[in-house]
Amino acid sequence: MSAGTRGRRVIVVGGGPAGLGVAGALRRFGVNEVIVYEREQHAGGAPRHTDHLGFGLRDLHRLMTGPAYARRIAADAAKAGVQVHTGYPVFDVDSLDADAIVLATGVRERPRSARLVPGDRPAGVFTTGTVQQLTALHGRQVGARAVIVGAEHVSFSAILSLRHGGCRTVAMITPYPQHQTYAPLRLATATRLRVPIRLDVDVAQIIGRSRVEAVLLTDGSRIACDTVVFTGGWVGEHELARRAGVPQNAAKSPIVDLSWRTQRVGVFAAGNLVHPAETADICALGGRRVAAAVLAFLDGETWPTTVAGLQCESPVLWAAPAASGITLRTSTSGRARVVARSAQGTLVHRSRRRTLRPNRAIHIPACGAASITLE
Amino acid sequence: MSSRLRNSGDGIGAVHSPHDSGNDRGGSVDIAIVGGGVVGCAVARLAALAGHSVVIVEARNDIGAGTSKANTAILHTGFDAVPGSIEARLVARGYELLREWAPRAGVTIEQTGAVLVAWDDEQAATLPALRAKAHANGYAGAEVVDSAAVRDLEPHLGPGVTGGMVVPDEHIIDPWSTPIGLATEAVANGCRLLVNRHVTNVVVGGETTALMMADGSIVRARYVVNAAGLHGDTVHRLFGLDGFTVRPRRGELIVFDKLARPLLGRTVLPVPTSHTKGVLVAPTVFGNIMLGPTADDIDDRNATASTRAGLDGLMAKGRRILPNLAEEEVTAVYAGLRAATEHGDYQLSHHPELRYVCLGGIRSTGLTASMALAEEALRMLAECGLAAPRLHVSVTVRLTPLGEIDERPYLRGGRIVCHCERVTADEITAALCTAVPAVDVDGLRRRTRALAGRCQGFYCFAEVCALTSWQAVQ
Repeated sequence: MSAGTRGRRVIVVGGGPAGLGVAGALRRFGVNEVIVYEREQHAGGAPRHTDHLGFGLRDLHRLMTGPAYARRIAADAAKAGVQVHTGYPVFDVDSLDADAIVLATGVRERPRSARLVPGDRPAGVFTTGTVQQLTALHGRQVGARAVIVGAEHVSFSAILSLRHGGCRTVAMITPYPQHQTYAPLRLATATRLRVPIRLDVDVAQIIGRSRVEAVLLTDGSRIACDTVVFTGGWVGEHELARRAGVPQNAAKSPIVDLSWRTQRVGVFAAGNLVHPAETADICALGGRRVAAAVLAFLDGETWPTTVAGLQCESPVLWAAPAASGITLRTSTSGRARVVARSAQGTLVHRSRRRTLRPNRAIHIPACGAASITLE
Repeated sequence: MSSRLRNSGDGIGAVHSPHDSGNDRGGSVDIAIVGGGVVGCAVARLAALAGHSVVIVEARNDIGAGTSKANTAILHTGFDAVPGSIEARLVARGYELLREWAPRAGVTIEQTGAVLVAWDDEQAATLPALRAKAHANGYAGAEVVDSAAVRDLEPHLGPGVTGGMVVPDEHIIDPWSTPIGLATEAVANGCRLLVNRHVTNVVVGGETTALMMADGSIVRARYVVNAAGLHGDTVHRLFGLDGFTVRPRRGELIVFDKLARPLLGRTVLPVPTSHTKGVLVAPTVFGNIMLGPTADDIDDRNATASTRAGLDGLMAKGRRILPNLAEEEVTAVYAGLRAATEHGDYQLSHHPELRYVCLGGIRSTGLTASMALAEEALRMLAECGLAAPRLHVSVTVRLTPLGEIDERPYLRGGRIVCHCERVTADEITAALCTAVPAVDVDGLRRRTRALAGRCQGFYCFAEVCALTSWQAVQ
């Protein structure tokens, strides 16, 4: 037990994989009082409604469904002595009385309006998160024929959720020249679920008076459907961070250094708020790292006067700490090496040649990087 | 059924309705108001408060669900109206009435003021004339200022400001609660509200007028007020009258996230043209920033779709007016149709022989003018012979305010369901069982703000549906 843990209180805002991960680890490190405030009625975060396999691999070393994973991490946190308060929204970090605060408020998908998709405003337009909650948490029907906008990992998750709700996906469309998930997942989609992917095309207009009737695509074609699901387009749930005056990066996430510190002394940020979006296990693993950084602060480590985020150059859109390393996104496709340099400009990492896709995560080791470029 | 009635020339004796009689006092009401927009609701309220028996006949499933739901939510002083016009007079009067009624009724208004901004020398040169016009409209508060003063007021404006005129008395208002509050007060005073009733034919009898509905039902009233907005000319023609044609003017609007609110202190208006007030940037009482509207004259009265060109054009204008705005998340995009006509002014008329009053061609200023239009309608009805009302004890109502400057229920505790807009479960269930209840997600949004925020239901849509027991397809 370190000197900094005795009689200390840490408040974590957000009870998803990252928040519960930080909180549990802090308790195991011996921090006296660890409180998680979760605004929903149940802790567990987005996995609660992601009702298919694929969770727990890297952090719990087993394969679980989202809901089972959510229950497990909530139970683990409680077992570790974390006080989890559900139905407890936080509007302002200044209202929190703690020695350190961790913002782990998670992520959301950009809805149709934020994407400025023109057309009518009928019912039947959703995000993946909405579809998952309707089908997994409330057992609701969604529609009969869906068009999925996006072709990244979550878009394929949307197919499963729609199917669960009795809705067939008639097409998946992406403005990019390729899908952005891994080949096996794509193959399974094509063969088992028989969902055609339309590349290089976007939604030009949504048609339908009271209920969606069709989408018009940018290539002039029209697909009849009663449901449109906008997937991905992640943005951190950053209201609390912004209201706290924390500067944000190109991803609209709070800028943090490799110790997950924000510009505000004593306020850390973790999970998908920092890297929109990674899988739950990456968030959970990152949480443990954040806990170590919080502990160092409680032990008296000095907070930098200026917190420097990872600098990046186009086509790298943004880079942020994730799990034990760094994650980044690019705006283009192709193959390239990721090069990381220290603040002094010395080379600290050069990756093997990696396949780049927009929206797809690239992970590299942290190794004291200050800037990220491609070559 | 309806054709037989039409031939008879008088509906009396042939009343049949699959649902109900349409009125509750054994036959007919004093006044039927066709159209439950903000104007119709204001007329209904005033008539009901005066003790008349009133029915609102609305074609949609809810009041305030047409033109009234998609406007710029500004309570105008009327400084830029055409001096001497009916519109100028009623906007000025409506401004006073609404400013007095709204706070009492729980409808949020906020005096942000406005600044009209000139972006080149030519526009700056027109400012003194605009000030003179404001004077001619009886508004003395406008003041021409230089570009430095404009920048002091609104430091986030883009480059190129050449001057401005401040209008300190412009307000913003909750545009959704206005018709809902008016209708709720009308209903509290005995007004009957009929929704999903599309008037297809009118038969003017000796004592009463029969309004025939698409669903076969009939509403009988001694007097009829046409407040049908976009369909005002159609209803007017059912009375055998002519004189104006509605040419919808579509206005697209973009609403930005609350986190953008610090970028703007007050409404920023452009120098108006003869066609439109132009694209403005305004705060909303909900704490957002709104950009719009466009102005496209179109033919289709149902074309409330937003367009690529419209949205791109607005974003380009927005970038010029308030460059940082484009960096913020958009929470809503919508398009509304204003009931413009070939005439420059409101088309008000009364026809004693038909016991009929028309409130036509009420354009974007209708929100501000609504309560004055109600006074006007009652005056015209009296000229048509509407008798003095019975003795009546009037009732007032107060909604739960939705504006950020008011104390919202979540601050007193309660389970928040919609986190972006901080709407509690109690507010949602209450909106389902009021006198003028929400019947779909759209109506719930207008009554509570639920689902109106930045996530657009990503977090809460399923939960909201569970509370309402509506199917997700709604």
